[in-house]
Amino acid sequence: MKYLKQLTIIWAIYFMGVFIQALFHLPIPGSVIGLLLLFVALYTRVIKIHMIEETCEFLLSHMSFLFIPAGVGLMTSFDLLKGKLIPILAIAFISTILVWMVTAVVVKYLRRAFA
Amino acid sequence: MNNLIISPLFSVLISFAAYKAGVYINRKTQIPLLNPLLIAMTILIIVLLNFHIKYEDFNNGGQLISLFLYPATIALALPLYKKLSILKKDALSIVLGIFSGAVSGMICVILLSKMFHLSDLLTESLIPKSITTPIGMAVSQQLGGSPSITVAVIIFTGIFGSIIGPVLNKMAKIDDKVAMGTAMGASSHALGTAKAMEYDETAGAASGLTMAVSGIMTVFLAPLLWSLFQSFFK
Repeated sequence: MKYLKQLTIIWAIYFMGVFIQALFHLPIPGSVIGLLLLFVALYTRVIKIHMIEETCEFLLSHMSFLFIPAGVGLMTSFDLLKGKLIPILAIAFISTILVWMVTAVVVKYLRRAFA
Repeated sequence: MNNLIISPLFSVLISFAAYKAGVYINRKTQIPLLNPLLIAMTILIIVLLNFHIKYEDFNNGGQLISLFLYPATIALALPLYKKLSILKKDALSIVLGIFSGAVSGMICVILLSKMFHLSDLLTESLIPKSITTPIGMAVSQQLGGSPSITVAVIIFTGIFGSIIGPVLNKMAKIDDKVAMGTAMGASSHALGTAKAMEYDETAGAASGLTMAVSGIMTVFLAPLLWSLFQSFFK
């Protein structure tokens, strides 16, 4: 019952996110608007942590199961990927290293500068 | 019989079985490349192809799972809120770091995609490759890419980042737990965060917070950078 109650709160927030997106024709996904709404609600203590905690933890720790339908959709995209696998992997490798280094160096030096 | 196979219940059951197998194999072997989701996807694609089940039929259950996927995105607000209090005094450095990482990463993806002559659809699927999967899928869709390709690339990025991150950390002599954690979260989302947590608690907190922040930032930055690039190179 507790989980259902918490899930209902989260569904309601999601619905509000989608509603706001439709109302203002925003280019931001309704789920991300929902994330921001929940964050603001937690910050202003409109929603207390205990009202959503267990369900959030549950959803976060089993999240990757939820990507299965989309992941299996890859089987309809094999033609698109033909001959492109090596470039795609190369791009993933190079950009991951770049993102890591840029982020780490910027944070490190800013923390020193602000200290 | 056919009715049973195309029922959402059947999809959910085989997905669950495949995912369990993935978790088991991953735990037994401890090989990062044998990621639970990657194994589950492979098993299911092989099963569907062998039994001539159409993806559309399998995805009947997809709607059901989406009912939980969007709430999972929203749930990211919780770690963001919890970790903010730990890292409040470093918030500005972290946010600027994430911004620099996200922008340079996306520009790098776009330029390399052009260099390798990838189609717009593939480029759009690759742009959100460093962020957390639920937001990445949404960004991919918004740009006009294929969320399925994005999921696969995001998993590879996560696996790669969680392996290479600690190596880069040593090589570049970062010697800063907050910087290390932020970089893990910015480059390889949840998988990077799991690695950062093993390494150090503060690094784990920074990575968890970063995962949510870089996802949100990318939602705003990706369409901007992509349209900017397209108007320049027309």
